Amino acid sequence: MKLFGYKPPLTAWLGLAIIGIFIFVAIFADVIAPYGEAESVGQTWDDPSFANWLGTDNIGRDLLSRLIYGARMTIGVALVTTILSFFIGITTGFTAAVGGPVIDQFLSRLVDVMLSIPLLIFALIILSVFGSSITTLVLTLAILDSTRVFRLARAVATNLAVMEYVEAARLRGEGLWWIMRREILPNALPPMISEFGLRFCFNFLFVASLSFLGLGIQPPFADWGGMVRDNGKAISFGIPAPLWPALAIAIMTVGVNLVVDWILSINSRPSGASAEM
Amino acid sequence: MIATNKTILKLTDLRVEALSGTVLVDNVSLELKRGEVVGLIGESGAGKSTIGLASMVYARAGCRITGGKVEIDGEDIRLLDADGRRDRRGQRIAYIAQSAAASFNPAHRLMDQVIEMPVSHGLMTISEAKAWALELFRALDLPNPDTFGDRYPHQVSGGQLQRAMAAMAMSCRPDILVLDEPTTALDVTTQIEVLTLLKKLIRDYNMAALYITHDLAVVAQVSDRIMVLRHGKMVELGETAQILQAPKMDYTRALVAERKAADKLAVVSASNQAQPVIEAHNVVGIYGTFTAVKDVSISVARGETVAVVGESGSGKSSLARLIVGLLPRRAGEVKLHGEMLSADLKGRTRDELRKVQLIYQQPDVALNPRQTVGEIIGRPIEFYFNRSPENVKARVNKLLRLVGLPEDYAGRLSTALSGGQKQRVCIARALAAEPDVIICDEPTSALDQLVAEDILKLLKSLQDNLGVGYLFITHDLGIVRRIAHRTAVMLKGEIIAQGPTAKIFSPPFHPYTEQLLSSVPEMRTDWLDDVLAKRVLKSA
Repeated sequence: MKLFGYKPPLTAWLGLAIIGIFIFVAIFADVIAPYGEAESVGQTWDDPSFANWLGTDNIGRDLLSRLIYGARMTIGVALVTTILSFFIGITTGFTAAVGGPVIDQFLSRLVDVMLSIPLLIFALIILSVFGSSITTLVLTLAILDSTRVFRLARAVATNLAVMEYVEAARLRGEGLWWIMRREILPNALPPMISEFGLRFCFNFLFVASLSFLGLGIQPPFADWGGMVRDNGKAISFGIPAPLWPALAIAIMTVGVNLVVDWILSINSRPSGASAEM
Repeated sequence: MIATNKTILKLTDLRVEALSGTVLVDNVSLELKRGEVVGLIGESGAGKSTIGLASMVYARAGCRITGGKVEIDGEDIRLLDADGRRDRRGQRIAYIAQSAAASFNPAHRLMDQVIEMPVSHGLMTISEAKAWALELFRALDLPNPDTFGDRYPHQVSGGQLQRAMAAMAMSCRPDILVLDEPTTALDVTTQIEVLTLLKKLIRDYNMAALYITHDLAVVAQVSDRIMVLRHGKMVELGETAQILQAPKMDYTRALVAERKAADKLAVVSASNQAQPVIEAHNVVGIYGTFTAVKDVSISVARGETVAVVGESGSGKSSLARLIVGLLPRRAGEVKLHGEMLSADLKGRTRDELRKVQLIYQQPDVALNPRQTVGEIIGRPIEFYFNRSPENVKARVNKLLRLVGLPEDYAGRLSTALSGGQKQRVCIARALAAEPDVIICDEPTSALDQLVAEDILKLLKSLQDNLGVGYLFITHDLGIVRRIAHRTAVMLKGEIIAQGPTAKIFSPPFHPYTEQLLSSVPEMRTDWLDDVLAKRVLKSA
């Protein structure tokens, strides 16, 4: 079977299936989940039963339902963050590449300054100052993450900006925006798409770890990182409650990486040396 | 030296297919004896390089060798496993590629790259390999052979790099050399040096060689026999003299006639002295601290072709970039219809930009690979004339017809076209702006002879019909002599001779013009020896 003209290997299909299932679950959480997101249905850390397949959490909410709603929150926030960070990163990166040395120096040095501060510390400072509403969280992560996207976008676009078709567009008198959108973007897409997958993964883990630290998505909303934190103590009583959200994080990360590996392998296919195959 | 006439390389019924099933090389057989050079000639897509690589049992990505035998000294190396083949490559048969610049790793010194092969094959110790490399550098007449290897690829010229690549191929003392267009990327004066040395090398070490080229005149100088290829099939195989003087097949005759026509001086009538469309007066162009264009004046009138010739690095392309405003001039003035143009293209109006168009040397990189032909040609119409979409479409179709492409090409991506077709699209894009003057920067040098010829004819007929002026930059004197009304010869950033083409190419010559002229290969087998003999006499 082919996808976009390429034949994905088995591992990629596995990754696509994982992502597909999680996204399906996230979208139809209301329908699938047996209980409400914040509904208390039992005692603290009940054992798995027919009523609560994975048992209950630290304040008696159904773990399976929390996991399903958590998919929506965790994946949703990571996705919005990544899309936003790519929009900012690509726009500024391309502007730096085609806009001339002054703009390039200004943007690149600004990004260098931001990159010199560790991501987690930076995020913690901003979130503790502005409070961690979902909007602040998404904006903060997107802006911090866009510095990484900027670096790649600028590098790719610098190579493309010296191509003669870009020069021809400049000679025609085209504006910067047109050159970026029509001449550079289509050619920069393949590496940017694979980077999108990777960054999505990082953001996803980052949201989870911020939640684990208590600065991410706030209760009563469920998210996987927060669930691990809330139920962490259970592990010392031999109760597997925190392992389920941790497993969900692990599976999603592996799934996205499998697909990214496949996309990367398409882009980096060697242009020679096939005789030995 | 003992001239053994033993067959060293034998290809039998060689067949190479693309993974899509297209046959690239169809049952080609060839025998190569020690001390012999066989030339492979044909247009691009004829399968020359594919045969060259297949003789090392190598196929490019997406291709497969599907049949036939490749024997070196009677041993079929197609039957060997990957390690066995690897041992034969480099040691028995070595490859010299067209672009030396792309074949060297820019991060390593030349010496390390030249000795890598014998050392990694375990044939020589590092010091032995270095001694042998030094000997090769001397044999190849490289400057300062003792320290040459300490340099990085970007620190030497194109011709020197091509010779360093020959040294690399020779490093394991192979029996067979596969030379894939080794002089095509070089200008005529450098080409002579490299040709002479390669010829000497093959003779001195009694090797056999496959010489791949599209230039009959070049292959005539070095090869004993010539194989003419077309669409992956052999057209004709014969002694060099026979192919040149008495070709048996029609296709070979066409090739030979084409090359001969290029040698002839077709007198182009000088245009009437019309008002110049674009003129440059005493312009100076500087890159950093390097002055690429020094005090140059040139002008082009309507319907006139002005050629700028010179070897690479002479500042021809810089002059073009300076006129269009990509390289801001430091002094002098550029005028369009008598009006001063801003030095930087950002300061020019849309209409000024429209009237001067540029056609590039490499059509591959001049067209956006992610846009369709229709988008590429349609954009200038939309951009400059603000036409409605249907209007643009009609105009695109008209332009496609004008440059000799079918209308349904508008929907194709530029990557689906051949080199000649891409250049036609570039021409259509330039014409879409309805310019008064087109600056052509070596528009045919990346193309095959027959394709280049078609492009030249197209440019000529467009000029006759539309009256557009050309500033034609080239290193090919054959082209200049046929299409240019006036010619300027450039050397080291200066114009050393300028005037009507017929006058530039008739005595008395400027000494540099004479050197350029005498460096253009002619269709005689003894041409190279003749030229060298004359030059030795002169310098004596």
